[in-house]
Amino acid sequence: MRALQFRRSVPKYAAAMVAGGVRPGFGARVGPLRLADVDEPELPGPDWRRIRPRLAGICGSDLSTIDGKSSRYFEPIVSFPFVPGHEIVADSDGGRVVVEPVLSCGPRGIDPPCSFCSSGLTGSCQHLALGRLEPGLQIGYCADTGGGWSTAMVAHDSQLHAVPEGMSDEAAVMVEPAACAVHATRRPGVDQPSTVVVLGAGTVGLCTIAAVRSHLRPETLIASAKHPDQRKLALELGADVVVEPGEVRRAVRRMSRSPMVGDGVGEGAEVVFDCVGTADSVDDALAVVRPREHVVLVGMPGRISLDLTGLWHKEIQLAGAYAYGREATGERTFDLAFRLVDDADLGRLVSAAYSLDRYRDAIDHAANAGARGAVKVVFDLRGERNR
Amino acid sequence: MSRPGFVLEVDRSTPPILFHHGEGFRLERLPPGSRVVYPAEPVAPLTDPDGAIRHALLNPVGDSQPLPSLLHSGMKLTIAFDNQAVPLPPMQRPDNRQRVIEIVLDMAAAAGVDDVELIVAHGLHRRMTEPELRHMLGDRIYDSFAPHGMLTQHDAEDHDNLVLVGRTDQGEHVELNKRAVTSDLLIYVNVNLVAMDGGHKSTMTGISSYRSLKHHHNVTGMQRSRSFMDPPNSELHNSTWRMGRLLASAVKIFQIETTLNTDTFPSQFSFLQKREWEWSARDRASYLATSKSLDRVPPRMARSIFHGMKSPQKMTSVQAGEVEAVHELTLANLHRQHLVPVEGQADVLTMGLPYLGPYNVNSILNPLLVMCLGLGYFFNLYRGKPLVRKGGVVILSHPTRWEFHPVHHPSYIDFFEQVLAETTDPLEIEKKFEEDFATDPWYVHLYRNSYAYHGVHAFYMWYWGAHALQHVGQVIIVGGEPRAVRRMGFKPASTLRDALEMAEDVVGRDPSITHIHNPPIFLADVT
Repeated sequence: MRALQFRRSVPKYAAAMVAGGVRPGFGARVGPLRLADVDEPELPGPDWRRIRPRLAGICGSDLSTIDGKSSRYFEPIVSFPFVPGHEIVADSDGGRVVVEPVLSCGPRGIDPPCSFCSSGLTGSCQHLALGRLEPGLQIGYCADTGGGWSTAMVAHDSQLHAVPEGMSDEAAVMVEPAACAVHATRRPGVDQPSTVVVLGAGTVGLCTIAAVRSHLRPETLIASAKHPDQRKLALELGADVVVEPGEVRRAVRRMSRSPMVGDGVGEGAEVVFDCVGTADSVDDALAVVRPREHVVLVGMPGRISLDLTGLWHKEIQLAGAYAYGREATGERTFDLAFRLVDDADLGRLVSAAYSLDRYRDAIDHAANAGARGAVKVVFDLRGERNR
Repeated sequence: MSRPGFVLEVDRSTPPILFHHGEGFRLERLPPGSRVVYPAEPVAPLTDPDGAIRHALLNPVGDSQPLPSLLHSGMKLTIAFDNQAVPLPPMQRPDNRQRVIEIVLDMAAAAGVDDVELIVAHGLHRRMTEPELRHMLGDRIYDSFAPHGMLTQHDAEDHDNLVLVGRTDQGEHVELNKRAVTSDLLIYVNVNLVAMDGGHKSTMTGISSYRSLKHHHNVTGMQRSRSFMDPPNSELHNSTWRMGRLLASAVKIFQIETTLNTDTFPSQFSFLQKREWEWSARDRASYLATSKSLDRVPPRMARSIFHGMKSPQKMTSVQAGEVEAVHELTLANLHRQHLVPVEGQADVLTMGLPYLGPYNVNSILNPLLVMCLGLGYFFNLYRGKPLVRKGGVVILSHPTRWEFHPVHHPSYIDFFEQVLAETTDPLEIEKKFEEDFATDPWYVHLYRNSYAYHGVHAFYMWYWGAHALQHVGQVIIVGGEPRAVRRMGFKPASTLRDALEMAEDVVGRDPSITHIHNPPIFLADVT
């Protein structure tokens, strides 16, 4: 089968780090990612299926890996070589499916499952290097499963969600990122906020805006967006005010009619979703959140340097939001995500599709999506040979 | 006798024309056939201004007694005066206001008046600083009044100290400073820099509240004014006159207005007041030395140099008495200096904007103020009809940096970032955002306790250009920061030549061009 494979190679990883520093996405030209004909992965067990990706998205975490920027935190929960791609709509023998890629106790055959998996919090599973699979937090980072950037891969029955009749592949491939956003908005303690801020308007940011508007329904939703197309989409998806990243503190101050305290907003938003994950964005989030309220890191931050005095002084609750599972209501996050994608027409966020042969162009496009007026860039595997 | 203003037709022998360009200048070659409107040379000043002031106070115009006869022991006297927005640049000492107020105070003292308060009539502008007040009033007045709390700055948000005098037959609220309104006599002292200033507008803007100001500081009023520099044809003035008459029926007002000549720049910048073909070798050397120096220093330092400049303008008239009679004389004196006849409109109007407007004394001419200065003040410096035809193009020359004074203009930043990002339509802006900004408690706090313009003031800057926005087909800013220029809905151009080419897309090939050589200030009488 054809696959983009990421192999362990320290020199190439170092080269990718340098190239990615020059221009985002350049790591694909010199780094460990390569297009290869490889064997299809074996089925790890009887409750596994072979599936054939139709579309597979390129995510920010994939780009970090390709450009050598991902955190060393992941080292114990990744196995090489792996095929990236965890935003997947695929053909299975039962029809089209969307993959829920977390490799928790269920897919790993760990019985009894851990306490998190028992209660449906599969994203919190810490058995990511145990069981019948090689280490891997998700499909797309595990040597045994393959990933979406290929013509074939395997997935556990519990990971497959049937795509409803009438839903396009473009919409279906957005279900996984939408699920991340849905999960972030269902964190305990963030009910019925009056003012919400979403920092960033890439895929995760836009999905979060849609999820906030649909679920939290604040009086005021302020978003930051770097590029004009992102701005337009943010407004369409439910933001009331969209400003540039450097303007967010003043916007929150004005919308909350609050005083400023130094560079921070005295009484700001009840919830801030940081969908960027840089030091600047987290700093902004801490500056605009109301005392005692919530900052949720939806974008993957990595190693950053921060002054946390404000967090201490304002007694801010800083939380991460990773993946999905079963929410407090008992509903599966992916079920809610399917609904959100449909209601908010998130399929429109798919801006460009590439064949595997053009993976360097695809990575370059994805890494510079905002500036090029794009949001989600995907691989289109439907016309690939050996599929 | 000074030479009047005139219109030059550019030909091949015309030297490059000086354009102000923020904290710098540009010499631009205009296409042959273009017209340049030059201001009049400064008219002769009063030889004895103090004597003229005494004469005016003793011989008031209109239905008014001489000032001494209005002053008596036991009375409550309030003297309100214009703030630092006029004149531009701030004038060399002594300021007209110092001269007038010193003489008024002498007369009050002679009459045994003990209860005297001075009020800075800054309306919704920022409060003045102590150095600014000392410069304007002189140390003697400042030290006599300020330490005792008898020199105050009007506070349009101090609702305990505002009084609703009444409503006009048009429903306009006349709400003013309580001290001024409850005085036995209110004396207003002004410096009438341009024809928009003075008359009833002085009290109706300087010591009033947002509730009052919104009746005349609004988009519709601006769009209906032709222009607001010509009071008889200005909706702004129609409203303030109605309101002022109501005030005058309730409070005894003694108005003292002064005019200045246009001797605007000190000697090291005297080339700015000359016609380019009359520049001496020394002027050329001054221009070169100044331009080169300014090019080499950071904008902040250049700004500091310019804001340190004090203008040698001199008093050309003073009149006192009943408001309307006074102002009629003031306008006549002002027109004597300012009016320049111009025949016909042009397809393209060009202007070089200097570093300074009324709202950035000791501050930054931010992009909103660039818009206000160009499309508000300069565009409206006409009587009759605009210098540019309907659907024509206005070309401004200014660096237009995305830069704001954070203390003076906090609401401007939010207006620029948040409001203009959504719409540049003045009516939509007024409807959707004005009230919210005007009542924002943070802006109110900064206006009252810091040195910030009121939250709504940024809106007035945009409204000031509303007539121009409605009238012209396109606005181009030469040398402006593209991001800032585009945020306002205008087009950036690197050079004047580029701008003129861009203008042709709107007005057609070989357009007629008029350039206003301003400052020094003039008022085009367009027929």
